[in-house]
Amino acid sequence: MNLHEYQGKALFREYGLPVSDGMACDNTNEVLAAAKKIGGNAWVVKAQVHAGGRGKSGGVKLVKTEAEIREFCDRHIGNRLVTYQTDAKGQPVSKILIETCSDIANELYLGAVIDRSSRRIVFMASTEGGVEIEKVAHETPEKILKAAINPLVGAQPYQAREIGFKLGLNPIQIKQFTQIFLGLAKLFDEKDVALIEVNPLVITGEGDLHCLDAKVVIDSNALYRHPELVAMHDPSQDDEREGQAAKWDLNYVALDGDIGCMVNGAGLAMGTMDTVQLYGGSPANFLDVGGGATKERVAEAFKIILSDENVKAVFVNIFGGIVRCDMIAEGIIGAVEEVGVKVPVVVRLEGNSADKGAAILSQSSLNIIAGESLADAAQKVVAAAGGVS
Amino acid sequence: MSILVNKDTKVICQGFTGKNGTFHSEQAIAYGTQMVGGVTPGKGGAVHLGLPVFNTVSNAVAETGADASVIYVPAPFVMDSIMEALDAGIEVIVCITEGVPTLDMLKCKVACDNAGVVLIGPNCPGIITPDECKIGIMPGHIHLKGKVGVVSRSGTLTYEAVKQTTDMGFGQSTCVGIGGDPIPGTNFIDVLSRFQKDPLTEAIVMIGEIGGTAEEEAAEFIKHNVTKPVVSYIAGVTAPPGKRMGHAGAIISGGKGTAAEKFTALESAGVSVTRNLAEIGLTLKEATGW
Repeated sequence: MNLHEYQGKALFREYGLPVSDGMACDNTNEVLAAAKKIGGNAWVVKAQVHAGGRGKSGGVKLVKTEAEIREFCDRHIGNRLVTYQTDAKGQPVSKILIETCSDIANELYLGAVIDRSSRRIVFMASTEGGVEIEKVAHETPEKILKAAINPLVGAQPYQAREIGFKLGLNPIQIKQFTQIFLGLAKLFDEKDVALIEVNPLVITGEGDLHCLDAKVVIDSNALYRHPELVAMHDPSQDDEREGQAAKWDLNYVALDGDIGCMVNGAGLAMGTMDTVQLYGGSPANFLDVGGGATKERVAEAFKIILSDENVKAVFVNIFGGIVRCDMIAEGIIGAVEEVGVKVPVVVRLEGNSADKGAAILSQSSLNIIAGESLADAAQKVVAAAGGVS
Repeated sequence: MSILVNKDTKVICQGFTGKNGTFHSEQAIAYGTQMVGGVTPGKGGAVHLGLPVFNTVSNAVAETGADASVIYVPAPFVMDSIMEALDAGIEVIVCITEGVPTLDMLKCKVACDNAGVVLIGPNCPGIITPDECKIGIMPGHIHLKGKVGVVSRSGTLTYEAVKQTTDMGFGQSTCVGIGGDPIPGTNFIDVLSRFQKDPLTEAIVMIGEIGGTAEEEAAEFIKHNVTKPVVSYIAGVTAPPGKRMGHAGAIISGGKGTAAEKFTALESAGVSVTRNLAEIGLTLKEATGW
């Protein structure tokens, strides 16, 4: 689960990390009032969306007058911000973070992720702050400094010092860096973080380290033990259909093709999309309907798939393991009837009682085409959607 | 021989009397797995599915001599269950549960490694040695005792591979579902190295998916350590970057973890890769000359 910058900074504050004074506001008047309250004669206003690249897209601005604040708020609040990380529609902006203005002498990068290969939380730091870290990692990997955290003892100050010296920090900054490093490590552990980034971590004109941005991603599997983080979830940032699917415990991801896919199991769902493409079609979505493909869930899955107007045909691919395919076939027929599916539906049933399932499908009067095998079904659905694209 | 589990493996179930534990234990017993009991705290002394229920794993181990455990408890209790099995002396722990926090797995993985205990999963279908021992949620009837070792990050894709190797008459030595999470207890290399040593395994099917670099690491291992034919399929060619595809671990992040990179790594290690899910069996036939 992604957090907004203002939420990430609230966590940073809670863990004693240096962040700017600021307030997240819902409308222009609140932003203006916040500017007065914060004081000074220049502020930074930042559109709050779950996407990077805001600066380059006009979503972050240095403002000095009421008119500039109004202009920024009018442009963004209630509209969508498109950045290189969003899709063409962009992400809706409903909050503006207004902060004190920081005097920047230098920009660093500090982040931490769970490294799957070494099975450790790994911190990464670089003198190349303010740019995309993936780009730095790709072009100049030697500029990324790393420290792996031992799960038995947690982050240790020497790890921060080691990185701090390599970054060329002075002794006072090393102390500050160590505080930030240990604070982030504690936050990572206590809040079940999956990814955390301070980009940039700046050195101010006075020589102090300061967290100018905050990107925090929480491990969704751990939300059950963090009600305070669940409360931070902003559904407006989620894809509408993905959100609807999640209510039914269905995993859905929209793609831009025209063949809707409904599959049991995440791996097979990906494999099905790939098979559609292999036979010349273009998948419209990823959808894992789960193990118990009941009539209700299948019906909901159809509704979500068909809410995408590009869908010209639907491919239902079920490997009936323990669940019997004849039961699944009845579920599919019931769902197709209930939802009123107009496009052709190709069904491939494999596994437990697949023959019985196929017989039930072939006897129905609905527009359901039975696939004999995975390859056969894929070819049939590609043809049903108008042929090889 | 086979790897990790066989007809002599004595299995207990943690979360035995719950819905999933009950259903899948019934299936395992029907398959012929040597289930010897189960654990549900507070229900010790009861009999469930004709088997004794214990309050603790250590009681169950002391009374039954169990050496493997399958975990069906809900995600918040998984770390506790794994550690309980570990401390009770269980040698193979199979965790089926989906949705376990990653930081819990980081800790469990270190504990199991230090103790030399095999942890399979979480978020996996389990492990099966056909006709001998089925631990997990896979459908037993699609399996055939035979000579192909199957290892996979995905449940349903394992079933596809199993069915194709069954249909072609090759059968399976052992099938291990290592699970779709970012931190699996057992990884490809652990299983590949066991298959390489197992006399019953004559060829290997490895099924990967996008996210992480486990397949690339496996490719490197195969290049230097595996002499048996390996066939591989990777799911997620069409997956968009930055989106989690159902499994917690199936995500292309920062441009890393794409199917294309994995195919390339495996091909350069001499693995017979197929980009067609329907042709795993066929590719195996070509690779082995069977």
